[in-house]
Amino acid sequence: MQLNPWALTAVVLVAVPTFYLGHRSSRFASSTHDFLVARRTVRARRNAAAVSGEYLSAASFLGVAGIVLKEGANGLWYPIGFTAGYLALMLFVAAPLRRSGAYTLPDFLEARLGSVVLRRFATAFVVFIGVLYLVPQLQGAGLAVSTVLPWPTWVGALVVTVLVALNVIGGGMRAITVVQAFQYWLKLFAIAIPAFVLSAVFLSGAKPGPAGPLGSPAPPTFATETTVDIQTDVVLEVSTLTPVHVQEPGAATSHLVAWVSGATEHVAKGTKLTFPEGTTTPVVSGATAANADWLRPGAGGLTDLLQTYSLILALCFGTMGLPHVLVRFYTNPDGKAARRTTVHVLLLLGLFYLFPMLLGAMSRMYEPQLLVTGRTDAAVLMLPSAMLSGLGGQILGGVTMAGAFAAFLSTSSGLLVSLAGVVSTDLFKGRVSHFRTAAGMVAVLGLAVALVLRPTDLSISVGMSFALAASTFSPLLVLGVWWRGLTWPGALAGMIIGGGLVLTALAVTTVSGYTGGWAPWFAVQPGLITVPAAFVGTILVSLATRSGRPGDVNSVMLRLHAPDPLGFMRDRAVDRFGQADERVRSGRGRHRK
Amino acid sequence: MNGEDVHHRAGGVREPDPTLGKNFHVPAPVESVPPAREPEPPPPPPVKPPKRQRVVLADPRSRSTPTLRARVELEEQTSWGEALIKDLVKRQMRTALLLGLLVLVAFGSLPLIFYLSPGFAARRVIGVPLAWLFLGILPFPLLLLVGLTYNRLAEGHERDFVDMIES
Repeated sequence: MQLNPWALTAVVLVAVPTFYLGHRSSRFASSTHDFLVARRTVRARRNAAAVSGEYLSAASFLGVAGIVLKEGANGLWYPIGFTAGYLALMLFVAAPLRRSGAYTLPDFLEARLGSVVLRRFATAFVVFIGVLYLVPQLQGAGLAVSTVLPWPTWVGALVVTVLVALNVIGGGMRAITVVQAFQYWLKLFAIAIPAFVLSAVFLSGAKPGPAGPLGSPAPPTFATETTVDIQTDVVLEVSTLTPVHVQEPGAATSHLVAWVSGATEHVAKGTKLTFPEGTTTPVVSGATAANADWLRPGAGGLTDLLQTYSLILALCFGTMGLPHVLVRFYTNPDGKAARRTTVHVLLLLGLFYLFPMLLGAMSRMYEPQLLVTGRTDAAVLMLPSAMLSGLGGQILGGVTMAGAFAAFLSTSSGLLVSLAGVVSTDLFKGRVSHFRTAAGMVAVLGLAVALVLRPTDLSISVGMSFALAASTFSPLLVLGVWWRGLTWPGALAGMIIGGGLVLTALAVTTVSGYTGGWAPWFAVQPGLITVPAAFVGTILVSLATRSGRPGDVNSVMLRLHAPDPLGFMRDRAVDRFGQADERVRSGRGRHRK
Repeated sequence: MNGEDVHHRAGGVREPDPTLGKNFHVPAPVESVPPAREPEPPPPPPVKPPKRQRVVLADPRSRSTPTLRARVELEEQTSWGEALIKDLVKRQMRTALLLGLLVLVAFGSLPLIFYLSPGFAARRVIGVPLAWLFLGILPFPLLLLVGLTYNRLAEGHERDFVDMIES
């Protein structure tokens, strides 16, 4: 790997302010309220920036452009689903969730349904989903750092873990709120500036796309003789007769092969492929080859249509069920502020997502070799140097690298805080020292899993992990907030049905990925089946166990829905942590905005 | 239940003067004394001091009494309180479902339209295929608009509820 000094500078320029801001804010953090919910003093605008900063993970910063490069118009549904999830969150959950006065998602479920069994089960699921999210963040950070520094991948993962753990152990939610809000704006600039500059380069026509215009119906082509290093095993789909020089791994010389039209070629890791000038690009299986299909949504027929609906459903409801997103809403002072936070989030996310889509479309014209290697996620990082030669391209590459690094940091710090909060209040007694211990434990666990598993072992697609959240927690939240008839056996049944179905689908997809990809669409995108199944299961079992309705359902519903000025809102577990309001009055240094 | 409110109003006894022992800047409303004329050499004979006037500092029927009563009723789950809160929940839920349905129909019909009519998706407006405009740009302002609308409606419902309780 060659050393790009600008990318290294960018990583340092992100890491230092991150640590400084976290350290500065943690001086005021002293109580459990600080560590779990930042004393519930974060106002709507700052919380919105923090929520967006946490939510825009590598999957958004790098992944959206990669998906657009690979799938085209169908990939545009990802950003729509990511954003629409917040509308669903706002319509059905945000304000009542905050008014419940809970500290964590399991705490909310216990407050509503009064069952310790359910609480323990939910804790297990929260930790499971959280670790599943944390591990790809750490692995992604390792891969990204290893592309700019001559270090092995575990160094990057270790650096991110240590930096994040220091902030979280030092100040918990209090520290990372400022950090995440800062990182949202950083990410916005880190994607907007390259997008503007590269659009100007494209529109000025100074350097036309070598792979041919997007309007031409044929697949992209290589404009010059191109050598592609294959870094992971890939399966390529060939659309026209393609001459290619293949240099097997370890071989000294290459030999000329002709791939016939319609063939699927298995290429091993370490192979070097050299395509002559003007060759049509073969694409990794699953990507869209012809530009005509790439431009048009729904080109894949009925299966495509159903898969799209499934994806939209999973993303919409999945956002609502992500534990690390929900915990941020507990930091608002009241339900009204929680609702306003969501409105701001809709604005901030909509603003952000315009740019990765633009970059993804441009990388289709400038970087066809990514379609061969399959590393489409690197599109945002590599596009600047492909379009701008010399110093300009390197600096812009450094800027996008800074954004990507900020994405790893902010998402993993949010995950670490939410997991440490859940573990410290459920397994320990929830004191500050317990929170710190739990944060250390979760960080070590996440790092260990990230190092032990290879990145390909955990290739859970974004749609799949959202489907898991959508099929377990979102039915409980929606029904818990609006339906008096929900019982704890019903909630438990819904979680088991939804979670079980998604995990089965995941297993089927993984097995079929190794044995020829025979899995049907509903195993690849299970949301359309599992989400309704979880809802129906919850409702039916709740109706069958009417006696399980909690006795205090009326007063809980009153607390969830009564407007804030009436003052019914109470913090849960006041005797354990002390009343939050008193601490606010005696405390210094409130969050502003 | 808020402790201090109970103390102030217990048994209908008026609360002690809230200005006691404090720097109270607002002057009590007293009758205005006619300004003394300057060219009046002899001081007038001492008149009777102005009639004793009762100064009322606080309106006894302040806003907090009905609020408290309504809050107690809400909290004790009387049938009236329960009906009130159920009505509020129903209104909020109807608004949320209506707006959610609107967005669902708007977005849900797009894949079907693109699937059924490929020509529509391929039509170009200022060089950009219509599908990319519909999927890449338009959804985000629409989502924000729906969010703002819901925020306004939901806050309005809550304000109405509080006004109704306090009136």
